Amino acid sequence: MADGSDLLLEVNDLKMHFPIQKGVLRRTTGYVKAVDGVSLSIKKGETLGLVGESGCGKTTTGRCIVRVYQPTAGEIIYHDEGESVHIDRLDRQELKVFRRNMQMIFQDPFSSLNPRMTVLELVGEPLLAHGIARGQELEDRVAEMVAAVGLRVEHLPRYPHSFSGGQRQRIGIARALVQGPRLVVCDEPVSALDVSVQSQVVNLLQDLQKDLDLTYLFVAHDMSVVRQISNRIAVMYVGKLVEVAESEELLRNPKHPYSETLLSAVPRPNPHHAMQRLNLEGEPADPANAPSGCVFHPRCRYMEDVCTTDVPELTELRPGHHVACHFADQLELQGIAYVESGQS
Amino acid sequence: MTRETMSGDQILAAGETRPAMTEEALLEINNLKTHFHLQEGIVRAVDGVTFSVRRGRTLGIIGESGCGKSVTAHSILRLVPSPPGNIVDGEILLHRRDGEQSGSRLEEHTDLAGLDARGAEIRAIRGGEISMVFQEPMTSFGPMHTIGNQIMESILLHQADVERAEARELAIENLRRVGIPRPAQIVDAYPHQLSGGMRQRAMIAMALSCSPRLLIADEPTTALDVTIQAQILELMTALQEEFGMAIIFITHNLGVIAEVADEVAVMYLGRIVEQADVIELFDNAQHPYTQGLLNSIPHIDDDKLHRLRAIEGVVPDPYQIPSGCAFSDRCPSFMPGTCDRAMPGLAETARGHLVRCFLFSDAEES
Ligand SMILES: Nc1ncnc2c1ncn2[C@@H]1O[C@H](COP(=O)(O)OP(=O)(O)OP(=O)(O)O)[C@@H](O)[C@H]1O
Ligand SMILES: Nc1ncnc2c1ncn2[C@@H]1O[C@H](COP(=O)(O)OP(=O)(O)OP(=O)(O)O)[C@@H](O)[C@H]1O
Ligand code: SF4
Ligand SMILES: [Mg+2]
Ligand SMILES: [Mg+2]
Repeated sequence: MADGSDLLLEVNDLKMHFPIQKGVLRRTTGYVKAVDGVSLSIKKGETLGLVGESGCGKTTTGRCIVRVYQPTAGEIIYHDEGESVHIDRLDRQELKVFRRNMQMIFQDPFSSLNPRMTVLELVGEPLLAHGIARGQELEDRVAEMVAAVGLRVEHLPRYPHSFSGGQRQRIGIARALVQGPRLVVCDEPVSALDVSVQSQVVNLLQDLQKDLDLTYLFVAHDMSVVRQISNRIAVMYVGKLVEVAESEELLRNPKHPYSETLLSAVPRPNPHHAMQRLNLEGEPADPANAPSGCVFHPRCRYMEDVCTTDVPELTELRPGHHVACHFADQLELQGIAYVESGQS
Repeated sequence: MTRETMSGDQILAAGETRPAMTEEALLEINNLKTHFHLQEGIVRAVDGVTFSVRRGRTLGIIGESGCGKSVTAHSILRLVPSPPGNIVDGEILLHRRDGEQSGSRLEEHTDLAGLDARGAEIRAIRGGEISMVFQEPMTSFGPMHTIGNQIMESILLHQADVERAEARELAIENLRRVGIPRPAQIVDAYPHQLSGGMRQRAMIAMALSCSPRLLIADEPTTALDVTIQAQILELMTALQEEFGMAIIFITHNLGVIAEVADEVAVMYLGRIVEQADVIELFDNAQHPYTQGLLNSIPHIDDDKLHRLRAIEGVVPDPYQIPSGCAFSDRCPSFMPGTCDRAMPGLAETARGHLVRCFLFSDAEES
């Protein structure tokens, strides 16, 4: 999709199909095509936002990239210092060494932390496991990281259960960033946080990105947060990307009907705001039995016959603006209307 | 919820009151204190909270991570782990009308704070009259059973006249209502096979399966995209209008609060610091903490993108709460000699608008 040497990550035609098993014999009766042909690229130091319907495959995409899952098909290529590593082909031993370069911050701060480890152990473990630091140096680095995410040194001996949701999410962020990764898959890293801490964490992620030259894949549902942090935004629907563009372009001039629907439902922190929400009619699509043609056609307001039979490819409509819709160049879609900022 | 009910209200002639259905308190919490007794000291997670929730209405609760929102919610259902947690003071009154008793005793209201946390009475109320959508998905769903079995169990426990086969149909129907694709199959899935948002919706399906009179929703939509979130909020509104269900809606998403809440309580360090009607709260936030929160929100329709603002500092260590106003060490309007001397009391600054701050009232906490 993009050219040249400034790419950090390149994903080509990624697929992750989970078998559906039935009966006592666990016979495979079909597949949940959670990710079904995703191609994307992320530049060094860039943030790519990934948004889309719940269950459309965002987390699965992230998990394939950091190889929590072995993808069913496709390539995941990591470029650094003139070398290219095929992440999808690393064996267990190679992966263990390579993991340092890429980390994931999880959606669920409750189940992702081992309840029997203290904060010091949780944040220190990756350093120990990779032989990066130990003893006093380890404690110092952990203390520094913990302070950077807004926790206190007094918290170090405590266990996760005694922290609130937001505090636990900060522990997760500290744990992911402590070993200095280059690529971080952030899976809804701020959705458990109050708006003030959310601001602090977003600012922190942006500062760390600059200081440490980090590259983010940022999955979130809050479109204003995604806009804040992302250079580009990718919109996903049932296992496929339907639109990719620069953030402001995507918000103002969405070209895919699903993006339009999504943007129409963004809630505003203003009780006087009158929503003009476009409803999504019909059943949510099922990744085990995806619709023919365009995956969005059963729910699309602009559907024509061709949509039921032909799969629209993700194509570049304008420089940098990729859309998968047969009518992308004809539709007049509604985006976010900007208002002059009232404050500062 | 707000908009619909408000326009309904306008039909009433001047001087006429709202229908009793919406005015009547369903749950009344008075001076609730829930503390955790830990080795390091006492965490006063909830420290004197008073509010009531009316039938058919939605009370939104917002506030910094760790301020005690979930502990308040867990206290109502008596789910605070003990030890180390205890309700040390206050009452939680669940009001009933004639014929609404689920237990054997026939009083008009039950003080949930006085019940045995493991007793039959609170177990009958949990998931029946009052149900909860938990912030931690795994609190609702054990990993070993299919979500269908878990929803069915809840239905069978609270609805004596329902047969097993019927319960399964009800479970599937409830999953469909919250927008789960192929519910007849997903009903047999294990929690780990669902995406975060699907798990959250399954939890909402379970919570709504017994038509509760009070729904406590603790961050129920964090894992949902905005379209499905909107559909869930609409579903809740519909149930509210149909059955007069009351809702306590805890969330960090102020966009959602603006949309669903009739009234909003803002908590800081275990206490309510401001409470008002939703429109009043957004238009005329008074407490410096509330203002700080509102200023921290990123706005998607701002033409310019600027670095996000945040409230200075961090929430104090629960063992070292500042003397005087709990917000005083972070407050931009801090008045030396006043704010650090005593704890401000919750005072009414306009009708129905309560604020705990010396900028607005001299009232001190007794
Ligand atoms: N381990 C698994 N086994 C079977 N199916 C799975 C598994 N993990 C995910 N799925 C299915 O894959 C699809 C995509 O799930 P995924 O978690 O990637 O969605 P998501 O986009 O992250 O959603 P959300 O926004 O709700 O977190 C869903 O239909 C889910 O049920
Ligand atoms: N089991 C426990 N043991 C000890 N302390 C606890 C326990 N549960 C909660 N706390 C403490 O009680 C306080 C309030 O926690 P609570 O979970 O109610 O916060 P919250 O307002 O729901 O925050 P969030 O928005 O992050 O979910 C926190 O300081 C927390 O550390
Ligand atoms: S009482 Fe004082 S310190 Fe507390 S919020 Fe009001 S002005 Fe700020
Ligand atoms: Mg996910
Ligand atoms: Mg909570």
